[in-house]
Amino acid sequence: MNQVNNPLLEVKDLSVAYGKVEALSNASLAVGQGQIVTVIGPNGAGKTTLLSAIIGVLGSRGQVSFDGRLEAVPEVEVLVGRGLGLVPEKRELFSSMSVEDNLKLGGFMRYRQRDRYLDASLMEVYSLFPRLLERRKQAAATLSGGERQMLAVGRALMAKPKLLMLDEPSLGLAPLITREIFRIIAQLRGQGVSILLVEQNARAALKVADYAYVLETGQVAMQGPAAQLATDPRVIDAYLGAASKHQAMLAS
Amino acid sequence: MNLQIALLLGQDGVTNGAIYALLALSILLVFTVTRILLIPQGEFVTYGALTMATIQAGEPTPLAWLLLALTVTECALDVLARYRAGRGLRVDRGMLGKLAWCAALVISVYHLPLASLPVAAQALLTLCLVVPLGPRLYRLFFQPIAGATPLVLLIVSIAVHVAMVGVGLLLFGPEGARTTPFSQAGLELGPVTLNSQTLWVLALSLVLIIALFLFFGRSLYGKALQATAVNRNGARLMGISPELAGKATFAMAAFIGCLSGILIAPITTLYFDSGFIISLKGFVGAIIGGLVSYPLAALGALAVGLVEAFSMFWASNYKEVIVFTLIIPFLLWRSLRSHHVEEDA
Ligand SMILES: Nc1ncnc2c1ncn2[C@@H]1O[C@H](COP(=O)(O)OP(=O)(O)OP(=O)(O)O)[C@@H](O)[C@H]1O
Ligand SMILES: [Mg+2]
Repeated sequence: MNQVNNPLLEVKDLSVAYGKVEALSNASLAVGQGQIVTVIGPNGAGKTTLLSAIIGVLGSRGQVSFDGRLEAVPEVEVLVGRGLGLVPEKRELFSSMSVEDNLKLGGFMRYRQRDRYLDASLMEVYSLFPRLLERRKQAAATLSGGERQMLAVGRALMAKPKLLMLDEPSLGLAPLITREIFRIIAQLRGQGVSILLVEQNARAALKVADYAYVLETGQVAMQGPAAQLATDPRVIDAYLGAASKHQAMLAS
Repeated sequence: MNLQIALLLGQDGVTNGAIYALLALSILLVFTVTRILLIPQGEFVTYGALTMATIQAGEPTPLAWLLLALTVTECALDVLARYRAGRGLRVDRGMLGKLAWCAALVISVYHLPLASLPVAAQALLTLCLVVPLGPRLYRLFFQPIAGATPLVLLIVSIAVHVAMVGVGLLLFGPEGARTTPFSQAGLELGPVTLNSQTLWVLALSLVLIIALFLFFGRSLYGKALQATAVNRNGARLMGISPELAGKATFAMAAFIGCLSGILIAPITTLYFDSGFIISLKGFVGAIIGGLVSYPLAALGALAVGLVEAFSMFWASNYKEVIVFTLIIPFLLWRSLRSHHVEEDA
């Protein structure tokens, strides 16, 4: 178990079934305050399912407690209001709306609570992703893949989440931008955002994370401090094999 | 036909057209946010007009009881849903507020001197009674099937329409009703005198259309509703609840419908079942706008009003036929021009 005092997110025995097929069985994990925790695993392991269930997009059995409170049934609107953010695998941008509107809607909860620092947050996001500032009047649908990714992350940041869950933020990105994304992830931690990161790019993820879980066929197969897992022969075999050495170079 | 007749018909046409435009916008609004084709839109019009008439006749309207009953049902369902979700039996402040609102309405319809209230107060009371019906209907009939296919939503929408017509007969009786105009003065404009009610209709429609435009174009709440329409999942992840968005749009639809009813009640006699044909004409406008473009829909609805007025003069037996035939060239044009667009996943 990830040993942390008062974890920000604690998941116990979470199971999700699609019809009769169980996609996630009794997964348990924890994310501490200010930690970056990564979940790696092969395609179809249940990583996306795990994140969806935690935030309540998918129904599940098990326990999710966030920020010291146990959710009997995780409900998206409630959890988002309490500071949990998700950048979903499909990004789910508001494609016909402008980049700026997308970002502003990211801060909708704070707007409702009359947060006065929304404009400052918008500026922060723009300084993090200058590209979005250039494109701010453009419809989200017309952005390039990388820009869409940036918009999705920026939009989630507008809510000032305590914990940000990222589902494959480097999906389909050029190596240089991937590196940029990982740099930003490290930078976010510096700003006090905890991160739960799901990644295919295992080497880069293990490099940036404090703690890691390996998910295989819906179950937590291995876990440990990220640096330790990165040297584990089984992990090297399955996820960091020689074939993926070039990834490491790109991610450094 | 001379100029004077043309102007008179034009006045009628524009007045009705403005109302159709409001309804077209409302139908469009509900459709884009919830994918529901709001067939009962017209019932909000008749409920508004007939409630206003009942109030002016000084009778307590039983609509207050209907609202109370719907609200109690809604609260009970909410409590039950929460209990099932394992969050215990709890009544929150929102529910108490809704119930208190309905109780206050029941008390006011029985104890206020309804007939002698100023028209503005009567209209306000009518709005207070009819507008909450919108979100209640959404919660009770549409929220449980929010994920269903458009066809299922349409069928339920028709069912709600039929039920509301029946309930309308029960509440207001079979007689038609006409209310007193807001004011008597008219405006001389060349050879015709513009009816004061026409001016009210035009002014309020214009204000409402501009308000809608600003709300959706400028305010973040408007954009949040739009966002639900564009990407439901994305909106949920931003903390925008689709249920709340659905209720809000239905409240707006009820407001627009009810206000239209109050506005035209002094110039048209409405019956419990007049709603359908009225909303159908708004719907023609919405179709002309392709169920996407707000300005086109409003213009289309205005055209419907004018065509209707002039065909009344030339071929009054065929006026509905002519109005609804209007749809065909637009449908043809759209189907020829449009290429199928995949929906966002
Ligand atoms: N809506 C669904 N209905 C049925 N099965 C589903 C559904 N969504 C996912 N699954 C199945 O659940 C399993 C886990 O899917 P999930 O998307 O969580 O995998 P993942 O670890 O995110 O994979 P990837 O790395 O490819 O994104 C897969 O076998 C998938 O086919
Ligand atoms: Mg996935």
